[in-house]
Amino acid sequence: MKSFTYERATSVEAATKAAAAHDAARFIAGGTNLLDLMKLEIETPTHLIDVNTLGLDTIEATSEGGLRIGALVRNSDLAADERVRRDYGLLSRALLAGASGQLRNKATTAGNLLQRTRCPYFYDTNQPCNKRQPGSGCSAIDGFSRQLGIVGISSSCIATHPSDMAIAMRVLDAVVETVGSDGAKRSIPIADFHRLPGDTPHIETELKKGEIITAVVLPKPIGGKQIYRKVRDRASYAFALISVGAVIQPDGTGRVAVGGVAHKPWRLDAADEDLPSGAGRVTRRLLLDAQPTEHNAYKVKLVERTLGAVLAEAKG
Amino acid sequence: MASAATVAASGVASKARAQQAEVPAGAKIGIPAGETSSVSFKVNGQDQTLSVDNRTTLLDALREHLHLTGTKKGCDHGQCGACTVMVDGRRINSCLSLAIMHEGDEVVTIEGLGEPGKLHPMQAAFVKHDGYQCGYCTPGQICSSVAVLEEIKAGMPSHVTGDLTAKVAFSLEEIRERMSGNLCRCGAYSNIVDAIADVAGRPA
Ligand SMILES: Cc1cc2nc3c(=O)[nH]c(=O)nc-3n(C[C@H](O)[C@H](O)[C@H](O)COP(=O)(O)OP(=O)(O)OC[C@H]3O[C@@H](n4cnc5c(N)ncnc54)[C@H](O)[C@@H]3O)c2cc1C
Ligand code: SF4
Repeated sequence: MKSFTYERATSVEAATKAAAAHDAARFIAGGTNLLDLMKLEIETPTHLIDVNTLGLDTIEATSEGGLRIGALVRNSDLAADERVRRDYGLLSRALLAGASGQLRNKATTAGNLLQRTRCPYFYDTNQPCNKRQPGSGCSAIDGFSRQLGIVGISSSCIATHPSDMAIAMRVLDAVVETVGSDGAKRSIPIADFHRLPGDTPHIETELKKGEIITAVVLPKPIGGKQIYRKVRDRASYAFALISVGAVIQPDGTGRVAVGGVAHKPWRLDAADEDLPSGAGRVTRRLLLDAQPTEHNAYKVKLVERTLGAVLAEAKG
Repeated sequence: MASAATVAASGVASKARAQQAEVPAGAKIGIPAGETSSVSFKVNGQDQTLSVDNRTTLLDALREHLHLTGTKKGCDHGQCGACTVMVDGRRINSCLSLAIMHEGDEVVTIEGLGEPGKLHPMQAAFVKHDGYQCGYCTPGQICSSVAVLEEIKAGMPSHVTGDLTAKVAFSLEEIRERMSGNLCRCGAYSNIVDAIADVAGRPA
Protein backbone atom coordinates (compact mmCIF):
# COMPACT_ATOMS: atom_id res chain seq x y z
CA MET A 1 0.00 0.00 0.00
CA LYS A 2 1.27 3.50 -0.83
CA SER A 3 1.43 5.88 2.11
CA PHE A 4 -1.14 8.63 2.51
CA THR A 5 -2.17 11.43 4.79
CA TYR A 6 -5.51 11.20 6.58
CA GLU A 7 -8.16 13.54 7.90
CA ARG A 8 -11.53 13.17 9.54
CA ALA A 9 -14.01 15.37 7.72
CA THR A 10 -15.73 17.91 9.95
CA SER A 11 -18.40 18.99 7.47
CA VAL A 12 -19.61 18.13 3.98
CA GLU A 13 -18.22 21.43 2.78
CA ALA A 14 -14.80 20.79 4.32
CA ALA A 15 -14.74 17.28 2.88
CA THR A 16 -15.46 18.38 -0.69
CA LYS A 17 -12.98 21.27 -0.44
CA ALA A 18 -10.26 18.94 0.81
CA ALA A 19 -11.04 16.44 -1.94
CA ALA A 20 -10.81 19.11 -4.61
CA ALA A 21 -7.59 20.56 -3.18
CA HIS A 22 -5.61 17.30 -3.38
CA ASP A 23 -4.48 15.73 -6.62
CA ALA A 24 -5.25 12.20 -5.54
CA ALA A 25 -7.65 12.33 -2.61
CA ARG A 26 -10.35 9.77 -1.90
CA PHE A 27 -13.25 9.73 0.50
CA ILE A 28 -13.24 6.63 2.67
CA ALA A 29 -16.46 5.20 4.11
CA GLY A 30 -16.58 1.50 5.07
CA GLY A 31 -13.26 1.02 3.34
CA THR A 32 -14.19 -2.49 2.20
CA ASN A 33 -13.54 -1.78 -1.47
CA LEU A 34 -11.07 1.09 -1.30
CA LEU A 35 -8.66 -0.57 1.15
CA ASP A 36 -8.82 -3.82 -0.76
CA LEU A 37 -7.74 -1.96 -3.91
CA MET A 38 -5.15 0.14 -2.04
CA LYS A 39 -3.47 -3.02 -0.77
CA LEU A 40 -3.08 -4.11 -4.38
CA GLU A 41 -1.97 -0.59 -5.38
CA ILE A 42 -4.77 -0.43 -7.92
CA GLU A 43 -5.97 2.61 -6.00
CA THR A 44 -3.13 4.88 -4.85
CA PRO A 45 -4.64 7.91 -3.10
CA THR A 46 -2.19 10.23 -1.38
CA HIS A 47 -4.85 11.61 0.96
CA LEU A 48 -7.87 9.97 2.61
CA ILE A 49 -10.87 11.90 3.86
CA ASP A 50 -12.84 9.90 6.40
CA VAL A 51 -16.52 10.70 5.90
CA ASN A 52 -17.81 8.49 8.73
CA THR A 53 -17.91 11.53 11.01
CA LEU A 54 -20.41 13.48 8.91
CA GLY A 55 -23.58 12.12 10.51
CA LEU A 56 -24.96 11.01 7.12
CA ASP A 57 -26.14 7.74 8.64
CA THR A 58 -29.89 8.15 9.04
CA ILE A 59 -32.89 7.00 7.02
CA GLU A 60 -35.64 9.62 6.94
CA ALA A 61 -39.11 9.82 5.44
CA THR A 62 -39.39 12.41 2.65
CA SER A 63 -42.38 14.73 2.22
CA GLU A 64 -43.14 12.88 -1.06
CA GLY A 65 -43.75 9.65 0.86
CA GLY A 66 -40.37 8.09 0.06
CA LEU A 67 -37.15 7.60 2.01
CA ARG A 68 -33.92 9.57 2.12
CA ILE A 69 -31.09 7.14 2.85
CA GLY A 70 -27.93 8.78 4.19
CA ALA A 71 -24.76 8.02 2.23
CA LEU A 72 -23.18 6.42 5.30
CA VAL A 73 -26.06 4.10 6.23
CA ARG A 74 -24.57 0.62 6.49
CA ASN A 75 -25.83 -2.05 4.10
CA SER A 76 -26.91 -4.25 7.05
CA ASP A 77 -28.92 -1.43 8.65
CA LEU A 78 -30.57 -0.50 5.36
CA ALA A 79 -31.56 -4.12 4.68
CA ALA A 80 -33.00 -4.46 8.21
CA ASP A 81 -34.89 -1.17 8.30
CA GLU A 82 -38.59 -1.89 8.89
CA ARG A 83 -39.77 0.57 6.24
CA VAL A 84 -37.41 -0.83 3.66
CA ARG A 85 -38.45 -4.41 4.45
CA ARG A 86 -42.13 -3.49 4.18
CA ASP A 87 -42.18 -1.06 1.23
CA TYR A 88 -38.97 -1.72 -0.72
CA GLY A 89 -38.45 -5.45 -0.21
CA LEU A 90 -36.44 -5.61 -3.42
CA LEU A 91 -33.78 -3.39 -1.85
CA SER A 92 -33.52 -5.52 1.30
CA ARG A 93 -33.31 -8.66 -0.82
CA ALA A 94 -30.59 -7.27 -3.09
CA LEU A 95 -28.51 -6.07 -0.15
CA LEU A 96 -28.83 -9.38 1.68
CA ALA A 97 -27.74 -11.26 -1.44
CA GLY A 98 -24.45 -9.33 -1.43
CA ALA A 99 -21.15 -9.91 0.37
CA SER A 100 -21.19 -11.28 3.97
CA GLY A 101 -22.59 -10.23 7.33
CA GLN A 102 -19.24 -8.76 8.34
CA LEU A 103 -18.87 -6.77 5.13
CA ARG A 104 -22.44 -5.48 5.16
CA ASN A 105 -21.85 -4.13 8.67
CA LYS A 106 -19.18 -1.83 7.22
CA ALA A 107 -20.29 -1.26 3.62
CA THR A 108 -22.19 1.98 3.06
CA THR A 109 -24.87 3.11 0.62
CA ALA A 110 -22.53 5.46 -1.27
CA GLY A 111 -19.54 3.10 -1.16
CA ASN A 112 -21.67 0.28 -2.53
CA LEU A 113 -22.74 2.37 -5.55
CA LEU A 114 -19.12 3.35 -6.17
CA GLN A 115 -17.51 -0.07 -5.74
CA ARG A 116 -15.33 -0.99 -8.68
CA THR A 117 -15.54 -3.90 -11.07
CA ARG A 118 -14.48 -7.44 -10.21
CA CYS A 119 -12.99 -8.08 -13.66
CA PRO A 120 -10.06 -10.44 -12.91
CA TYR A 121 -7.73 -8.47 -15.21
CA PHE A 122 -8.54 -5.24 -13.41
CA TYR A 123 -7.25 -6.97 -10.27
CA ASP A 124 -4.15 -8.45 -11.93
CA THR A 125 -1.69 -5.58 -12.10
CA ASN A 126 0.55 -7.55 -14.48
CA GLN A 127 -2.07 -7.45 -17.24
CA PRO A 128 -3.12 -4.59 -19.50
CA CYS A 129 -6.44 -3.03 -18.47
CA ASN A 130 -7.89 0.20 -19.83
CA LYS A 131 -9.86 0.79 -16.67
CA ARG A 132 -6.85 0.51 -14.38
CA GLN A 133 -4.35 2.02 -16.80
CA PRO A 134 -6.04 4.00 -19.58
CA GLY A 135 -4.66 3.17 -23.01
CA SER A 136 -2.98 -0.09 -22.00
CA GLY A 137 -5.56 -2.33 -23.67
CA CYS A 138 -8.22 -4.74 -22.47
CA SER A 139 -7.08 -8.23 -21.51
CA ALA A 140 -10.60 -9.52 -21.01
CA ILE A 141 -11.95 -9.23 -24.54
CA ASP A 142 -9.76 -12.06 -25.80
CA GLY A 143 -9.20 -13.54 -22.35
CA PHE A 144 -11.34 -15.35 -19.82
CA SER A 145 -14.53 -13.36 -19.98
CA ARG A 146 -17.00 -15.75 -18.36
CA GLN A 147 -17.97 -13.22 -15.65
CA LEU A 148 -17.92 -10.16 -17.84
CA GLY A 149 -20.42 -7.96 -19.65
CA ILE A 150 -22.45 -8.67 -22.76
CA VAL A 151 -24.37 -5.47 -23.40
CA GLY A 152 -23.47 -1.77 -23.49
CA ILE A 153 -19.85 -2.87 -23.76
CA SER A 154 -17.15 -1.28 -25.91
CA SER A 155 -13.95 -2.30 -27.63
CA SER A 156 -12.15 -0.69 -24.68
CA CYS A 157 -13.83 -2.55 -21.80
CA ILE A 158 -16.41 -5.27 -21.17
CA ALA A 159 -16.47 -5.04 -17.37
CA THR A 160 -19.65 -5.25 -15.27
CA HIS A 161 -20.71 -3.25 -12.26
CA PRO A 162 -20.74 -5.74 -9.39
CA SER A 163 -23.28 -4.16 -7.03
CA ASP A 164 -26.47 -6.03 -6.12
CA MET A 165 -27.88 -3.00 -4.30
CA ALA A 166 -27.59 -0.82 -7.42
CA ILE A 167 -29.91 -3.18 -9.35
CA ALA A 168 -32.66 -2.62 -6.78
CA MET A 169 -31.99 1.14 -6.72
CA ARG A 170 -32.37 1.21 -10.52
CA VAL A 171 -35.70 -0.64 -10.45
CA LEU A 172 -36.93 1.66 -7.69
CA ASP A 173 -35.87 4.82 -9.61
CA ALA A 174 -33.63 6.07 -6.82
CA VAL A 175 -32.01 9.50 -7.03
CA VAL A 176 -28.43 10.17 -5.89
CA GLU A 177 -27.98 13.44 -4.00
CA THR A 178 -24.57 15.06 -4.09
CA VAL A 179 -22.71 18.22 -3.10
CA GLY A 180 -19.91 19.51 -5.31
CA SER A 181 -16.69 21.19 -4.24
CA ASP A 182 -18.29 24.53 -5.18
CA GLY A 183 -21.11 23.79 -2.74
CA ALA A 184 -23.64 23.10 -5.53
CA LYS A 185 -26.20 20.38 -4.83
CA ARG A 186 -27.22 17.91 -7.52
CA SER A 187 -29.88 15.20 -7.75
CA ILE A 188 -28.79 12.56 -10.24
CA PRO A 189 -31.29 9.87 -11.27
CA ILE A 190 -29.69 6.46 -10.80
CA ALA A 191 -30.29 5.74 -14.50
CA ASP A 192 -27.79 8.50 -15.35
CA PHE A 193 -25.38 7.97 -12.46
CA HIS A 194 -23.22 5.13 -13.81
CA ARG A 195 -21.67 5.47 -17.26
CA LEU A 196 -21.11 2.99 -20.04
CA PRO A 197 -17.42 2.28 -20.67
CA GLY A 198 -17.10 3.82 -24.16
CA ASP A 199 -13.46 4.73 -24.69
CA THR A 200 -13.06 6.02 -21.12
CA PRO A 201 -13.79 2.97 -18.94
CA HIS A 202 -11.82 4.51 -16.06
CA ILE A 203 -14.55 7.17 -15.70
CA GLU A 204 -17.36 5.21 -14.10
CA THR A 205 -19.90 7.73 -12.82
CA GLU A 206 -21.10 11.27 -13.38
CA LEU A 207 -19.44 12.48 -10.15
CA LYS A 208 -17.01 15.37 -10.58
CA LYS A 209 -13.75 15.84 -8.72
CA GLY A 210 -14.43 16.47 -5.05
CA GLU A 211 -18.17 15.79 -5.36
CA ILE A 212 -19.59 13.83 -2.42
CA ILE A 213 -22.70 11.68 -2.22
CA THR A 214 -24.82 12.76 0.74
CA ALA A 215 -27.91 10.57 0.26
CA VAL A 216 -29.87 8.29 -2.01
CA VAL A 217 -33.58 9.05 -2.23
CA LEU A 218 -36.31 6.52 -2.95
CA PRO A 219 -39.59 7.77 -4.42
CA LYS A 220 -42.78 6.66 -2.72
CA PRO A 221 -43.38 2.89 -2.65
CA ILE A 222 -44.88 1.26 -5.73
CA GLY A 223 -46.10 -1.99 -4.13
CA GLY A 224 -46.15 -5.11 -6.30
CA LYS A 225 -44.27 -8.35 -5.85
CA GLN A 226 -40.64 -7.44 -5.32
CA ILE A 227 -38.15 -10.15 -6.23
CA TYR A 228 -34.36 -10.28 -6.48
CA ARG A 229 -32.90 -13.44 -7.96
CA LYS A 230 -29.11 -13.78 -8.06
CA VAL A 231 -27.32 -16.58 -9.90
CA ARG A 232 -23.77 -17.27 -8.76
CA ASP A 233 -21.09 -19.95 -8.56
CA ARG A 234 -21.82 -20.79 -4.93
CA ALA A 235 -24.99 -20.50 -2.87
CA SER A 236 -23.78 -17.54 -0.84
CA TYR A 237 -20.93 -15.03 -0.61
CA ALA A 238 -20.14 -14.72 -4.30
CA PHE A 239 -20.67 -12.02 -6.88
CA ALA A 240 -23.47 -12.44 -9.39
CA LEU A 241 -22.97 -14.12 -12.74
CA ILE A 242 -26.26 -12.47 -13.52
CA SER A 243 -29.08 -11.18 -11.35
CA VAL A 244 -32.64 -10.08 -11.97
CA GLY A 245 -34.45 -7.47 -9.89
CA ALA A 246 -38.14 -6.95 -10.59
CA VAL A 247 -41.31 -5.38 -9.27
CA ILE A 248 -44.35 -7.08 -10.77
CA GLN A 249 -47.89 -5.74 -10.30
CA PRO A 250 -50.98 -8.00 -10.06
CA ASP A 251 -51.85 -7.22 -13.71
CA GLY A 252 -48.45 -8.44 -14.90
CA THR A 253 -47.00 -5.01 -15.66
CA GLY A 254 -43.89 -3.90 -13.85
CA ARG A 255 -40.21 -3.06 -13.96
CA VAL A 256 -37.08 -5.13 -14.39
CA ALA A 257 -33.33 -4.53 -14.24
CA VAL A 258 -30.56 -7.03 -14.82
CA GLY A 259 -27.16 -7.21 -13.10
CA GLY A 260 -23.94 -8.91 -14.17
CA VAL A 261 -24.40 -8.01 -17.83
CA ALA A 262 -23.27 -4.40 -18.16
CA HIS A 263 -21.18 -1.55 -16.77
CA LYS A 264 -24.32 -0.34 -14.98
CA PRO A 265 -27.66 -1.77 -13.87
CA TRP A 266 -29.34 -2.72 -17.15
CA ARG A 267 -32.93 -1.56 -17.56
CA LEU A 268 -34.83 -0.42 -20.67
CA ASP A 269 -38.31 1.16 -20.85
CA ALA A 270 -39.21 -0.98 -23.86
CA ALA A 271 -38.38 -4.13 -21.93
CA ASP A 272 -40.49 -3.01 -18.95
CA GLU A 273 -43.41 -2.52 -21.35
CA ASP A 274 -43.04 -6.08 -22.61
CA LEU A 275 -43.22 -7.67 -19.16
CA PRO A 276 -46.82 -8.92 -19.59
CA SER A 277 -45.67 -10.87 -22.69
CA GLY A 278 -43.18 -13.00 -20.79
CA ALA A 279 -39.49 -13.60 -20.24
CA GLY A 280 -38.54 -14.41 -23.83
CA ARG A 281 -39.72 -11.12 -25.27
CA VAL A 282 -38.36 -9.05 -22.41
CA THR A 283 -34.95 -10.68 -22.67
CA ARG A 284 -34.84 -10.13 -26.42
CA ARG A 285 -35.59 -6.44 -25.83
CA LEU A 286 -33.09 -6.07 -23.00
CA LEU A 287 -30.29 -7.86 -24.81
CA LEU A 288 -31.07 -6.75 -28.36
CA ASP A 289 -27.61 -5.24 -28.80
CA ALA A 290 -25.76 -7.88 -26.81
CA GLN A 291 -22.32 -8.86 -28.09
CA PRO A 292 -21.34 -11.76 -25.87
CA THR A 293 -17.98 -13.49 -26.13
CA GLU A 294 -17.59 -17.23 -26.53
CA HIS A 295 -17.17 -17.49 -22.74
CA ASN A 296 -20.15 -15.45 -21.62
CA ALA A 297 -22.73 -16.21 -24.30
CA TYR A 298 -24.44 -18.42 -21.68
CA LYS A 299 -25.58 -15.24 -19.93
CA VAL A 300 -28.22 -14.55 -22.59
CA LYS A 301 -30.04 -17.82 -21.87
CA LEU A 302 -29.41 -17.44 -18.14
CA VAL A 303 -31.09 -14.03 -18.07
CA GLU A 304 -34.14 -15.39 -19.88
CA ARG A 305 -34.48 -18.40 -17.59
CA THR A 306 -33.90 -16.43 -14.42
CA LEU A 307 -36.44 -13.83 -15.49
CA GLY A 308 -38.83 -16.67 -16.31
CA ALA A 309 -38.43 -17.98 -12.76
CA VAL A 310 -38.95 -14.50 -11.34
CA LEU A 311 -42.17 -13.99 -13.34
CA ALA A 312 -43.45 -17.41 -12.27
CA GLU A 313 -42.70 -16.58 -8.63
CA ALA A 314 -44.51 -13.25 -9.00
CA LYS A 315 -47.63 -15.05 -10.27
CA GLY A 316 -47.59 -17.83 -7.68
CA MET B 1 1.06 -3.41 4.01
CA ALA B 2 4.07 -1.75 5.59
CA SER B 3 5.20 -4.64 7.71
CA ALA B 4 8.49 -2.94 8.49
CA ALA B 5 6.59 -0.05 10.01
CA THR B 6 4.29 -2.23 12.04
CA VAL B 7 7.12 -4.40 13.29
CA ALA B 8 9.23 -1.39 14.20
CA ALA B 9 6.42 0.03 16.28
CA SER B 10 5.29 -3.23 17.82
CA GLY B 11 8.54 -3.84 19.68
CA VAL B 12 7.79 -1.03 22.07
CA ALA B 13 4.02 -1.08 22.00
CA SER B 14 3.25 -3.00 25.14
CA LYS B 15 5.86 -1.58 27.50
CA ALA B 16 6.16 2.03 26.51
CA ARG B 17 2.74 2.90 25.19
CA ALA B 18 2.57 6.41 26.63
CA GLN B 19 6.04 7.22 25.45
CA GLN B 20 5.35 5.72 22.06
CA ALA B 21 2.41 8.04 21.55
CA GLU B 22 4.82 10.97 21.70
CA VAL B 23 7.29 9.50 19.21
CA PRO B 24 5.52 8.94 15.90
CA ALA B 25 5.90 5.34 14.78
CA GLY B 26 7.18 6.43 11.42
CA ALA B 27 9.94 8.66 12.77
CA LYS B 28 12.17 5.66 13.36
CA ILE B 29 12.05 4.42 9.82
CA GLY B 30 11.63 7.69 7.99
CA ILE B 31 7.92 7.81 7.17
CA PRO B 32 7.06 11.44 6.33
CA ALA B 33 5.26 13.41 9.03
CA GLY B 34 1.51 13.36 8.49
CA GLU B 35 1.54 9.73 7.40
CA THR B 36 1.37 8.42 10.96
CA SER B 37 -1.44 9.10 13.41
CA SER B 38 -2.36 8.50 17.00
CA VAL B 39 -5.54 6.61 17.80
CA SER B 40 -7.25 5.64 21.05
CA PHE B 41 -9.73 2.81 21.41
CA LYS B 42 -10.75 0.14 23.87
CA VAL B 43 -9.75 -3.44 23.24
CA ASN B 44 -11.34 -6.11 25.41
CA GLY B 45 -12.22 -3.46 28.00
CA GLN B 46 -8.77 -1.87 28.17
CA ASP B 47 -7.95 1.63 26.93
CA GLN B 48 -5.23 1.67 24.29
CA THR B 49 -3.47 4.56 22.58
CA LEU B 50 -1.32 3.75 19.60
CA SER B 51 0.79 5.75 17.22
CA VAL B 52 0.66 3.97 13.89
CA ASP B 53 1.51 4.30 10.24
CA ASN B 54 -1.77 5.39 8.64
CA ARG B 55 -1.74 2.22 6.56
CA THR B 56 -2.01 -0.06 9.60
CA THR B 57 -5.19 -2.11 9.52
CA LEU B 58 -7.13 -2.82 12.68
CA LEU B 59 -5.98 -6.43 12.25
CA ASP B 60 -2.30 -5.47 12.22
CA ALA B 61 -2.77 -3.09 15.14
CA LEU B 62 -4.28 -5.92 17.19
CA ARG B 63 -1.69 -8.51 16.22
CA GLU B 64 1.53 -6.55 15.79
CA HIS B 65 1.07 -3.64 18.18
CA LEU B 66 -1.06 -5.15 20.92
CA HIS B 67 0.15 -8.74 20.50
CA LEU B 68 -3.40 -10.07 20.46
CA THR B 69 -2.57 -12.80 17.99
CA GLY B 70 -5.82 -14.72 18.45
CA THR B 71 -7.29 -12.76 15.56
CA LYS B 72 -5.89 -14.31 12.40
CA LYS B 73 -4.73 -12.98 9.06
CA GLY B 74 -6.00 -15.25 6.29
CA CYS B 75 -6.56 -13.66 2.90
CA ASP B 76 -6.17 -10.03 4.10
CA HIS B 77 -8.87 -9.06 1.56
CA GLY B 78 -12.17 -9.63 3.39
CA GLN B 79 -12.79 -12.93 1.66
CA CYS B 80 -12.15 -15.51 4.39
CA GLY B 81 -13.38 -14.08 7.71
CA ALA B 82 -10.41 -15.26 9.83
CA CYS B 83 -9.90 -11.66 11.00
CA THR B 84 -13.46 -11.20 12.28
CA VAL B 85 -13.71 -9.11 15.46
CA MET B 86 -16.52 -7.18 17.10
CA VAL B 87 -16.49 -3.38 16.97
CA ASP B 88 -19.14 -1.61 19.02
CA GLY B 89 -20.97 -4.93 19.18
CA ARG B 90 -20.93 -5.65 15.44
CA ARG B 91 -18.78 -8.15 13.60
CA ILE B 92 -16.45 -6.78 10.92
CA ASN B 93 -13.41 -7.92 8.93
CA SER B 94 -10.56 -6.23 10.78
CA CYS B 95 -8.31 -6.60 7.71
CA LEU B 96 -10.42 -4.16 5.65
CA SER B 97 -10.49 -1.39 8.24
CA LEU B 98 -7.82 1.13 9.14
CA ALA B 99 -6.82 1.27 12.80
CA ILE B 100 -6.92 5.07 12.75
CA MET B 101 -10.59 4.96 11.77
CA HIS B 102 -11.51 3.38 15.13
CA GLU B 103 -11.04 6.37 17.41
CA GLY B 104 -13.21 5.87 20.51
CA ASP B 105 -14.45 2.43 19.42
CA GLU B 106 -14.83 -0.67 21.58
CA VAL B 107 -13.17 -3.69 20.03
CA VAL B 108 -13.71 -7.24 21.29
CA THR B 109 -11.44 -10.01 20.03
CA ILE B 110 -11.46 -13.74 20.66
CA GLU B 111 -9.27 -13.10 23.75
CA GLY B 112 -12.00 -10.80 25.08
CA LEU B 113 -14.76 -13.36 24.68
CA GLY B 114 -13.17 -15.83 27.06
CA GLU B 115 -9.98 -17.55 28.09
CA PRO B 116 -8.94 -21.05 29.10
CA GLY B 117 -10.65 -21.71 32.41
CA LYS B 118 -13.50 -19.32 31.69
CA LEU B 119 -14.57 -19.99 28.16
CA HIS B 120 -17.40 -18.15 26.46
CA PRO B 121 -20.28 -20.62 25.87
CA MET B 122 -19.54 -20.49 22.12
CA GLN B 123 -15.88 -21.34 22.69
CA ALA B 124 -16.91 -24.25 24.92
CA ALA B 125 -19.39 -25.46 22.29
CA PHE B 126 -16.72 -25.42 19.57
CA VAL B 127 -14.53 -27.59 21.82
CA LYS B 128 -17.41 -29.93 22.65
CA HIS B 129 -18.47 -30.37 19.01
CA ASP B 130 -14.98 -30.35 17.53
CA GLY B 131 -15.83 -27.33 15.41
CA TYR B 132 -12.39 -27.15 13.79
CA GLN B 133 -9.46 -29.12 12.54
CA CYS B 134 -6.35 -26.96 12.15
CA GLY B 135 -7.94 -24.15 14.18
CA TYR B 136 -6.74 -21.23 12.09
CA CYS B 137 -10.19 -19.94 11.13
CA THR B 138 -11.65 -20.74 14.58
CA PRO B 139 -11.30 -17.33 16.31
CA GLY B 140 -13.06 -15.70 13.37
CA GLN B 141 -15.70 -18.44 13.28
CA ILE B 142 -16.41 -17.99 16.99
CA CYS B 143 -16.59 -14.19 16.89
CA SER B 144 -18.89 -14.44 13.90
CA SER B 145 -21.09 -17.10 15.56
CA VAL B 146 -21.60 -14.99 18.66
CA ALA B 147 -22.60 -12.04 16.48
CA VAL B 148 -24.88 -14.18 14.31
CA LEU B 149 -26.98 -15.24 17.29
CA GLU B 150 -27.21 -11.60 18.37
CA GLU B 151 -28.27 -10.57 14.86
CA ILE B 152 -31.03 -13.17 14.82
CA LYS B 153 -32.16 -12.07 18.27
CA ALA B 154 -32.22 -8.45 17.08
CA GLY B 155 -34.46 -9.52 14.18
CA MET B 156 -32.02 -8.74 11.36
CA PRO B 157 -33.08 -10.61 8.21
CA SER B 158 -30.80 -12.66 5.96
CA HIS B 159 -30.78 -13.87 2.36
CA VAL B 160 -32.71 -17.02 3.36
CA THR B 161 -35.30 -15.33 5.60
CA GLY B 162 -38.68 -16.25 4.06
CA ASP B 163 -40.89 -13.33 4.99
CA LEU B 164 -39.12 -10.00 5.44
CA THR B 165 -41.94 -8.58 7.52
CA ALA B 166 -42.24 -11.52 9.95
CA LYS B 167 -40.11 -12.15 13.03
CA VAL B 168 -36.79 -13.78 12.11
CA ALA B 169 -36.57 -17.33 13.45
CA PHE B 170 -33.53 -19.46 14.22
CA SER B 171 -32.90 -22.29 11.77
CA LEU B 172 -29.90 -24.24 10.54
CA GLU B 173 -30.40 -22.70 7.13
CA GLU B 174 -30.17 -19.24 8.71
CA ILE B 175 -26.94 -20.24 10.48
CA ARG B 176 -25.34 -21.57 7.30
CA GLU B 177 -26.21 -18.46 5.30
CA ARG B 178 -25.14 -16.02 8.00
CA MET B 179 -21.82 -17.83 8.53
CA SER B 180 -20.96 -17.76 4.81
CA GLY B 181 -18.39 -15.00 5.35
CA ASN B 182 -16.22 -17.41 7.37
CA LEU B 183 -14.43 -20.00 5.31
CA CYS B 184 -12.91 -23.18 6.78
CA ARG B 185 -10.46 -24.91 4.48
CA CYS B 186 -10.53 -28.05 6.64
CA GLY B 187 -14.26 -28.24 6.03
CA ALA B 188 -15.35 -28.45 9.67
CA TYR B 189 -18.61 -26.76 8.74
CA SER B 190 -21.06 -29.38 9.99
CA ASN B 191 -19.50 -29.42 13.46
CA ILE B 192 -19.41 -25.63 13.50
CA VAL B 193 -23.14 -25.55 12.78
CA ASP B 194 -23.69 -28.13 15.57
CA ALA B 195 -21.79 -25.92 18.03
CA ILE B 196 -23.81 -22.82 17.14
CA ALA B 197 -27.10 -24.73 17.30
CA ASP B 198 -26.11 -26.04 20.73
CA VAL B 199 -25.51 -22.52 22.08
CA ALA B 200 -28.76 -21.35 20.51
CA GLY B 201 -30.50 -24.12 22.45
CA ARG B 202 -31.62 -26.01 19.34
CA PRO B 203 -30.73 -29.52 18.34
CA ALA B 204 -28.69 -29.62 15.13
C1 LIG C 1 -15.11 -10.49 -0.29
C2 LIG C 1 -16.11 -9.48 -0.78
C3 LIG C 1 -17.30 -9.91 -1.34
C4 LIG C 1 -18.25 -8.98 -1.79
N1 LIG C 1 -19.40 -9.43 -2.35
C5 LIG C 1 -20.30 -8.53 -2.84
C6 LIG C 1 -21.50 -8.95 -3.46
O1 LIG C 1 -21.78 -10.16 -3.58
N2 LIG C 1 -22.35 -8.00 -3.94
C7 LIG C 1 -22.09 -6.67 -3.82
O2 LIG C 1 -22.90 -5.87 -4.26
N3 LIG C 1 -20.95 -6.24 -3.25
C8 LIG C 1 -20.06 -7.14 -2.75
N4 LIG C 1 -18.90 -6.69 -2.18
C9 LIG C 1 -18.56 -5.28 -2.27
C10 LIG C 1 -19.09 -4.44 -1.14
O3 LIG C 1 -20.49 -4.34 -1.25
C11 LIG C 1 -18.41 -3.07 -1.26
O4 LIG C 1 -17.05 -3.23 -0.94
C12 LIG C 1 -19.02 -2.03 -0.36
O5 LIG C 1 -20.38 -1.85 -0.64
C13 LIG C 1 -18.29 -0.70 -0.51
O6 LIG C 1 -18.77 0.21 0.45
P1 LIG C 1 -17.77 0.95 1.46
O7 LIG C 1 -18.56 1.89 2.27
O8 LIG C 1 -16.94 -0.02 2.19
O9 LIG C 1 -16.89 1.74 0.39
P2 LIG C 1 -15.40 2.30 0.46
O10 LIG C 1 -14.46 1.19 0.21
O11 LIG C 1 -15.20 3.12 1.67
O12 LIG C 1 -15.44 3.28 -0.80
C14 LIG C 1 -15.66 2.84 -2.12
C15 LIG C 1 -15.55 4.03 -3.05
O13 LIG C 1 -16.59 4.95 -2.80
C16 LIG C 1 -16.08 6.26 -2.54
N5 LIG C 1 -16.99 6.87 -1.56
C17 LIG C 1 -17.40 6.32 -0.38
N6 LIG C 1 -18.32 7.13 0.20
C18 LIG C 1 -18.49 8.19 -0.62
C19 LIG C 1 -19.34 9.34 -0.58
N7 LIG C 1 -20.18 9.57 0.45
N8 LIG C 1 -19.27 10.22 -1.60
C20 LIG C 1 -18.44 10.00 -2.65
N9 LIG C 1 -17.62 8.94 -2.73
C21 LIG C 1 -17.65 8.04 -1.74
C22 LIG C 1 -14.66 6.02 -2.06
O14 LIG C 1 -13.86 7.14 -2.31
C23 LIG C 1 -14.26 4.82 -2.88
O15 LIG C 1 -13.80 5.23 -4.14
C24 LIG C 1 -17.96 -7.60 -1.69
C25 LIG C 1 -16.77 -7.17 -1.11
C26 LIG C 1 -15.84 -8.08 -0.67
C27 LIG C 1 -14.56 -7.59 -0.07
S1 SF4 D 1 -12.92 -5.55 -19.25
FE1 SF4 D 1 -12.45 -3.46 -18.49
S2 SF4 D 1 -11.73 -3.87 -16.42
FE2 SF4 D 1 -11.56 -5.84 -17.52
S3 SF4 D 1 -9.49 -5.86 -18.46
FE3 SF4 D 1 -10.85 -4.97 -19.97
S4 SF4 D 1 -10.61 -2.77 -19.57
FE4 SF4 D 1 -9.91 -3.80 -17.73
